[in-house]
Amino acid sequence: MSGPNTDYDPVEVTPLQAEEVEAARDAAIAAIEQAGDLEALKQARLDHAGDRSPLALANREIGALPPQARKDAGQRIGRARKDVSEALAARQVVLEAEHEERMLVEETVDVTLPTDRRRAGGRHPVTLQSELVADLFVAMGWEVAEGPVVEAEWLNFDALNLGPDHPARTMQDTFWTEPADHHVVLRTQTSPVQARTMLTRKPPIYVVCPGRVFRTDEYDATHSPMFHQVEGLVVDEGITMAHLKGTLDHFAGQLFGDGIDTRFRPSYFPFTEPSAEVDVRCFVCRGVAVSSAGDACRTCRGEGWIEWGGCGVVNPRVLTACGVDPEVYTGFAFGMGIDRSFMFRHGLEDLRPLFEGDVRFSAAFGTEI
Amino acid sequence: MKAPVSWIREHVDLPAEVGTEELTDRLTMLGLKLEAIERPGEEITGPLVVGRVLTMEPEPQKNGKTINWCTVDVGDANGTGEPQGIVCGAHNFAPGDLVVTVLPGGVLPGGFAISARKTYGHVSAGMICSAAELGLGTDAQSDAGGIIVLPPGAGEPGQDVRPLLGFDEEIIEFEINPDRAYALSLRGIAREAALGFDAPFRDPVERDLPPADGAGHPVEVEDPEGCPVFVARTVSGFDPTAETPAFIADRIRMAGMRPISLAVDVTNYVMLETGRPIHGYDLDKVQGTVRVRRARDGERLTTLDGTKRELGPEDLVVTDDSGVIGLGGVMGGEATEISESTTRVLVEAAHWEPVAMFRTGKRHKISSEAGKRNERGADPTTCEPAADRVVELLTTYGGATAEPGVTVVGAPRPREAVHLDAGLARRVSGMPIDDETAIAHLRAVGCDVVVEGERLQVTPPPWRPDLTDPQDFSEEVVRVVGYDKVPSVLPTPPSGRGLTREQRLRRRVGRTMAGQGFVEVLTFPFIGTGDLDLLGLGADDDRRSLLRLSNPLSAEAPYMTSTLLPGLLRAAERNVGHGTTSFAVFESAPVTAPHGSGPAPILPVDRRPTDAELEELEKALPAQPVHLGLVAVGEADSSGWWGTGRHVDWSDAVEAVRGVSDALGLELQTRAAALAPWHPGRCAELLVEGVVVGHAGELHPRVCTAFGLPPRSVAAEVDLDLLLERAVDLRPAPVFSTYPVAKEDVALVVDADVPAASVEAALREGAGELLESVRLFDVYTGDQVGEGRKSLAFALRLRAHDRTLVEGEAAAARDAAVALAAERTGATQR
Repeated sequence: MSGPNTDYDPVEVTPLQAEEVEAARDAAIAAIEQAGDLEALKQARLDHAGDRSPLALANREIGALPPQARKDAGQRIGRARKDVSEALAARQVVLEAEHEERMLVEETVDVTLPTDRRRAGGRHPVTLQSELVADLFVAMGWEVAEGPVVEAEWLNFDALNLGPDHPARTMQDTFWTEPADHHVVLRTQTSPVQARTMLTRKPPIYVVCPGRVFRTDEYDATHSPMFHQVEGLVVDEGITMAHLKGTLDHFAGQLFGDGIDTRFRPSYFPFTEPSAEVDVRCFVCRGVAVSSAGDACRTCRGEGWIEWGGCGVVNPRVLTACGVDPEVYTGFAFGMGIDRSFMFRHGLEDLRPLFEGDVRFSAAFGTEI
Repeated sequence: MKAPVSWIREHVDLPAEVGTEELTDRLTMLGLKLEAIERPGEEITGPLVVGRVLTMEPEPQKNGKTINWCTVDVGDANGTGEPQGIVCGAHNFAPGDLVVTVLPGGVLPGGFAISARKTYGHVSAGMICSAAELGLGTDAQSDAGGIIVLPPGAGEPGQDVRPLLGFDEEIIEFEINPDRAYALSLRGIAREAALGFDAPFRDPVERDLPPADGAGHPVEVEDPEGCPVFVARTVSGFDPTAETPAFIADRIRMAGMRPISLAVDVTNYVMLETGRPIHGYDLDKVQGTVRVRRARDGERLTTLDGTKRELGPEDLVVTDDSGVIGLGGVMGGEATEISESTTRVLVEAAHWEPVAMFRTGKRHKISSEAGKRNERGADPTTCEPAADRVVELLTTYGGATAEPGVTVVGAPRPREAVHLDAGLARRVSGMPIDDETAIAHLRAVGCDVVVEGERLQVTPPPWRPDLTDPQDFSEEVVRVVGYDKVPSVLPTPPSGRGLTREQRLRRRVGRTMAGQGFVEVLTFPFIGTGDLDLLGLGADDDRRSLLRLSNPLSAEAPYMTSTLLPGLLRAAERNVGHGTTSFAVFESAPVTAPHGSGPAPILPVDRRPTDAELEELEKALPAQPVHLGLVAVGEADSSGWWGTGRHVDWSDAVEAVRGVSDALGLELQTRAAALAPWHPGRCAELLVEGVVVGHAGELHPRVCTAFGLPPRSVAAEVDLDLLLERAVDLRPAPVFSTYPVAKEDVALVVDADVPAASVEAALREGAGELLESVRLFDVYTGDQVGEGRKSLAFALRLRAHDRTLVEGEAAAARDAAVALAAERTGATQR
């Protein structure tokens, strides 16, 4: 560094000469252009824009110039430093982009690697089917009623017009509990929930009752000592079989698809009179009974209809036992198997997977069906 | 009930163009549900004719067999009228016999096509058929495997043999509901067919009867309630070797019963025809007056199925001077059974009280064709004509002579008229059925109707014991109008309230468990004490108090379970058995307490029970709390290319329950417990609001072994009802502080048996209201803290809601927290 330039001699201050400044700038820009990566650029910045760089040093010499020369030199140096700074910034952007691009390329992974770190959970399809059915009825303004599985004999049978010597009692093979004189059974149907509802509420009553029920059936591909039913009950003024038909048609359409309806056949249940078996139109062949390939539809076994459940107009005797005045109110009831509905809706032919607890079965249905 | 179409048509003049499908469709819509239609010989096509064997030359073969080279007259059926040459390997026929012959071009069951072919040095043009080759069962007309030899004169050579084999017959199997006992007879089925097609009906019980003169076999009925009608007829000179005519044997067989002997077959035939069960006694074995009474305690009877039965006062019995000779209406006795030497027959046609029949059948576990009809209620007016029909058939086909004298004790009780509104069917069905139509339909099903303005006085026919209530008659009207005519109308319920709180919460629990990687299973709630032994439950464990089933499916599992764990562990065992190594299952289901407070009353049904009666009923039921159970096995997080996974441990079981309680807005506390089936050092008692709700932890190693699970499998079980009733319904919106957080970490050394939760609780309380959260992030045991000690490292976050903390505030709170922890738990800062 030169000392204070007390006696002005422009010749001595060579770094401020135009050629020198130009050369320093050109050298800087060349170095910047040549910097191949951010590290090299950092060095170029130190060398050509740092405190010890030629242009920085030259800048300090300006003060040594006589006042009339300072302006020129200042402008010259300032321009040069600006050019360098702009080159640096531009190069920085380019190199950063290059760096990022290279880094992203280097960080590439095989996205086809498996990602299954956590076990998948799932809910049981029968639970999901029960909830689906409940939701369909709740959407119509109905409510969902429930009751105990271990139930009083009176509620499971007598209140439903199944007296102690009713032949239909043997149709439902009942699990009895000890001691026998306590008259407690495992409910054979969800109908006692209907009785409980009528006993505890005033009409109008619109409820569905899904739940598990028990019969002394040996466990095989089509029978289980425990299975699931959903029953519906309406008690209101002016209720008829037509309302029953309308409700079941709507239910069938919701569960199996638009246009799927039901048909009634006369049947017998002690708690209803008139009673009907209800068939649902096959949702695969839509009642044609023939598959698209031309052979008998597998889902309905070439019938066009699938047996779905039982239904009827609530027997006035049941209303009386449950404290509903049959002179004022009429009602209808229906019931079908949830497991069975699930089985034909999803093409399951053997019911045992429902109760074996193999996680592969439930997990296949996730959390909604 | 199976019925050949030809038999149905014998009693109803159906239009010829009504096919079997149309018939069954109509009957199904009237309530006689089609189960199946059988068509014997359906698979056989082509020429199947009567052949007369002309010649039969036995030809021994080198293979040791002898074949018969036969010529068979098949009339013009072969187009030439020449005898047909046929090789046959069977020997049970002779020249002159009529045989069933299939000619070339015919196809037998299984797609077996017949053609002329060279065999054993002859051209065999057809086949002489055995029952098996025609696809007939062992009940076929000939011995299985042997050639069918038709009765002499059965037909002419060349004639189609199908009608002779019953191959033109169609048999309809109906599923008969218990209220339609009358349809367990051809009489009933034909009556419905007549109703369905508005066709003339010929009632098989309409016949001219000899007068009931009381001069027949002496009968006394001591229990006219149990046996309102008893008809006795006798025949003598019966030929016990007489064969049952083919039409009777065929029809009995087609109806699904087995021909036995003429006398027995005739009673079964008449029962099928009329619906009236009939019993035949060997009159020579009956001693003196026949009586009907209730059995006395200690009386015994060997029924004709060979079973010795202990009788009781609920059984209606038939007796003679020797004692009990029959279980009335259910099954006869062995001692008076008709045998191959019977020449005199006592025919009993009696009406029995259905409830008694039902009870006796149930008590003695007898399910008979007679019992089935008697317990559902037969037509009491059929006793006399049915007995007369039996006498007719025994005399016609068995060479018997009807003895004079007809004993009839009692008479059918007249039916009471039921009063109902003429418009009831209209109101019940929602169909526009006018009164005239309703009345006409009631008359069509056999009711006597007296019209009294808008009210009807309806007397049901004697074959319809099921018609007692007004609404029963509305069903009759509606089924004749047609169930398919019921319109479809959606009712309009009042606004509903949606799912209940509990229903919504239970769904939330299920979704939470699934979200935590658990798969829901459903298990049977039946267990045995062996299952509880496998769990290692102590002798006085509450879970050993169980509700017992009187009639369990398995003697090993006669109880309703008190815990979900046995079912879940079995499910886990099956998964392991199926090769799944890492999985987690859960179940949410009720468990059952051992008993309620006493017997459940059988309440009246002619009125609503009182609230007190209902309360007694309710109290009689055992508590059935809904539990949530879970089991996890193998890895919680899988091993993979990312590294080694994490095996489940006790904390996964706790965490799963914590996930559920979080979802319910509840805070779960834990404390050490030692309860089977858990590892005594790795079992947490779970509490909510200070109430024990269940347990979670690692399973005892012996339990893992017992259920075939890998070591260190984990489980939890909680009383979900206790959680649900405490669930927070309305959660207040949180208010966050946006001022800076101050973080303070402390490491506290305590004795190894001091629960971390106690230290944490002390820190929480000591830090005061500036504390936002405290989290234990490390547990260290080792040389640096010394034997029997552990170091717990906690991260405290401190923040004020309204300002930035000033210098020293956070440290002061931390110091206060540490001080309280030291005081409460003996902790020293490390």
